[in-house]
Amino acid sequence: MQIDLRTVTIPVQRHSFTHIADRLGPDKTPTRYQEATLDVQANANFHYRPTWDPDHEIFDPTRSKLVMKDWYTFKDPRQYYYATYTIARARMQETAEADFEFVEKRGLAESFAPAAKQKALDVLVPLRHVAWGANMNNSSVCAYGYGTAFTAPCIFQAMDNLGIAQYLSRVGLLLGDAEALDEGKAAWTSAPVWQELRRYVEDTLVVQDPVELWVAQNLVLDGLLYPLVYEKFDAALTAEAGPTVSMLLRFQVDWFAETSKWVDATVKTAAAESPENAALLAEWIGHYRDRAVAALAPVAELALGADGAAAMADVQSRFAARVAKCGVAL
Amino acid sequence: MTMTSEPTPAAKKKLGLKERYALMTRGLDWETTYQPMEKVFPYATYEGIKIHDWDAWQDPFRLTMDAYWKYQAEKEQKLYAIMDAFAQNNGHLGLTDARYLNSLKLFLTGVSPLEYMAHRGFAHVGRAMPGVGARVACQMQSLDELRHAQTQIHSMSNYNKLYDGFHSWRHMHDRVWYLSVPKSFFDDAITAGPFEFMIAIGFSFEYVLTNLLFVPFISGAAYNGDMGAMAFGFSAQSDESRHMTLGLEAIKFMLEQDPDNLPIVQRWIDKWFWRGYRVLTLVAMMLDYMLPKKVMSWKEAWEIYAEENGGALFADLARYGIRPPLGWQQACDDKEHLSHQAWSTFYQYQGAAPFHTWVPSPEDMAWEAEKYPNTFDQYYRPRFEYWAEQEAAGTRFNNATLPQLCQVCQIPMLFTEPGDPTRICYRESEYDGETYHTCSDGCQAIFDHEPEKYVQAWLPVHQIYQGHCFGPDADPTSPDFNPLLEVIKWYRMDVGTDNAPYEGSRDQENFQAWKAMQTKN
Ligand SMILES: [Fe+2]
Ligand SMILES: [Fe+2]
Repeated sequence: MQIDLRTVTIPVQRHSFTHIADRLGPDKTPTRYQEATLDVQANANFHYRPTWDPDHEIFDPTRSKLVMKDWYTFKDPRQYYYATYTIARARMQETAEADFEFVEKRGLAESFAPAAKQKALDVLVPLRHVAWGANMNNSSVCAYGYGTAFTAPCIFQAMDNLGIAQYLSRVGLLLGDAEALDEGKAAWTSAPVWQELRRYVEDTLVVQDPVELWVAQNLVLDGLLYPLVYEKFDAALTAEAGPTVSMLLRFQVDWFAETSKWVDATVKTAAAESPENAALLAEWIGHYRDRAVAALAPVAELALGADGAAAMADVQSRFAARVAKCGVAL
Repeated sequence: MTMTSEPTPAAKKKLGLKERYALMTRGLDWETTYQPMEKVFPYATYEGIKIHDWDAWQDPFRLTMDAYWKYQAEKEQKLYAIMDAFAQNNGHLGLTDARYLNSLKLFLTGVSPLEYMAHRGFAHVGRAMPGVGARVACQMQSLDELRHAQTQIHSMSNYNKLYDGFHSWRHMHDRVWYLSVPKSFFDDAITAGPFEFMIAIGFSFEYVLTNLLFVPFISGAAYNGDMGAMAFGFSAQSDESRHMTLGLEAIKFMLEQDPDNLPIVQRWIDKWFWRGYRVLTLVAMMLDYMLPKKVMSWKEAWEIYAEENGGALFADLARYGIRPPLGWQQACDDKEHLSHQAWSTFYQYQGAAPFHTWVPSPEDMAWEAEKYPNTFDQYYRPRFEYWAEQEAAGTRFNNATLPQLCQVCQIPMLFTEPGDPTRICYRESEYDGETYHTCSDGCQAIFDHEPEKYVQAWLPVHQIYQGHCFGPDADPTSPDFNPLLEVIKWYRMDVGTDNAPYEGSRDQENFQAWKAMQTKN
């Protein structure tokens, strides 16, 4: 039986869940980002202490030295929750897929100048391990950080890091072959040019403070590495041998531009919270910047030869401006 | 599951899927030397599980991130389109009956927060496991579980705008007496070591018990006209198949790596089967009493998903020396009783629950009797009929005393002795000069193995007695101080609506009125 249903307009009883109404007021209809984020993490009456970390509660803001009155002050300007995140990445991977296909179909990798090809392999393939370290670190911040607003973007970032490691692997397989990946790994573990960077990555793997780790990884290391590799090196390689490899790096370029918005907003919020936070951030950023600059200097030279130092200096001064814009005085 | 599908140039040696996935993922890690591996993976050994060769880990699925984004985005687009359409077209008015909503309230307050905990737990294990294959699979599950939490919140947000009992799920999950059952279950898992977590959630929950949780809810939604919940349920199920293969790989891997792992894993299986089974008490009640249009009985669900499927699984694991969990037989015997005892409890404590209860109608009781020929008429019908009479006389039975809770599963002492459904089961253990009470041999064994953990439990009833569950404006010195009412307020239940009996509830009235508006010419 078909009933002709009238369109019924029903007045709502309430606009949102109470934990959201507490924040936005009872008359606001929250966005899906807000519903998916605000206070989603449990914050009270945990039953047991972690056997793996008995000094803390399951979720515990005191794992970090950074102090926030409210960890939901953090906002992701991209407003990502799972659906918007995956849909955005699906679009980016579609572009990347088309780029890889274009290069493959036309045999552009084969016709790429051999010296430039080797240079690309030497610089890019070991970076898959750096991305893998980033994946572990962001997984760690997601697990041990506090508050969904801060931690949820970290699992997105972790999976992006894995995706980037996989794209770099594909570049290696496309320009070279499986042995190129082995050679890249051998260089990563033993070639002198990579050792300071590997030390940096390994040292971050044991950092316990989730916000410190977040700063060391997402702001400092990636903040210096991405401009160096995906702008400076990319441009030099294109000038030397054409844009083939550049096409294969588009995902990382777009990704860095996008995720920097989240990184900057997060730093800004943390610094604006208190002078103590701003000082702590300055201390962390200064410390890790010095180490990252030292670690990246040989990579800059490997990638850009004599122009490496100037490129590094430019990347550094832009980084300093970026940090200052976020409200941290170094 | 489709894998990455980029064509390989003819000039190159073609890589097989497995080889290719291995190159793109498994080759990413390295032995650290600037920091010792024990410091990079500090939680890998303290549980006593011995792993000799992480390379022997068989990737349960080989999904690269690009393929993951592509397929998951397609699923999300479809899912949100259905959700939006359901909301815009007043899909809720197509429900069989407003009683159905109470299953959703139970789900949102009890289960959705666990999806979120699974997200964080898998992020932790996805960092802590020294093997790259295991880590990647766990991280992907972490992301999936965030999806489940968020899609459920979004889906139920529409109901919250119109119906009672949904509004304070976050607050309630961390406080309300019976919600400490699911909360403590997951707190227990996430505070265990990473290997135990994998057995607890990856294997016992995802592999052995998940069908008993999700199939009843999804089928219940489908039978009762809830396209919104059905859509998120089905969409989540497609992730579950990946999670199940991960759980199975995890247990097989541990057992294959060292014979010393067997007794540890067996004890975890015993523990987590029982812990999970106790949480499923809520599902049993939902299936048998809360769905206006019934799908199947708890007993039938148990026979299919536990006895048949679980039986086959444990037969398969026997070659590793694994036996079915302790407590398995008792769970099978209890299938005749579980739902009736649980619903009776919630009926009595209606005033302290944010969903509606009711006495089963004569037709419902006929269904119960048919599904439970050995127990319903004999043990449970008289109780419900008595309560129906009392309701008719205007003296609904409300229990005003606080129940004693099991120190482990935190369910009120409502279960009966094995083999004697007329006697409540109590067990006692001593620890550090104090006596602790548990509801069953299963919970007692769990307590006795790790008393130092379970004495920490935040037991809602103890907390009430200690005065921790009143709002700041409650005044215990005032002459008309009503402690139970103050607790209910502290739970953020709206007194008289959220916690009212179904008959005469605002949900019931509104649903009928809106439906009438809709069909009126
Ligand atoms: Fe899930
Ligand atoms: Fe128990």
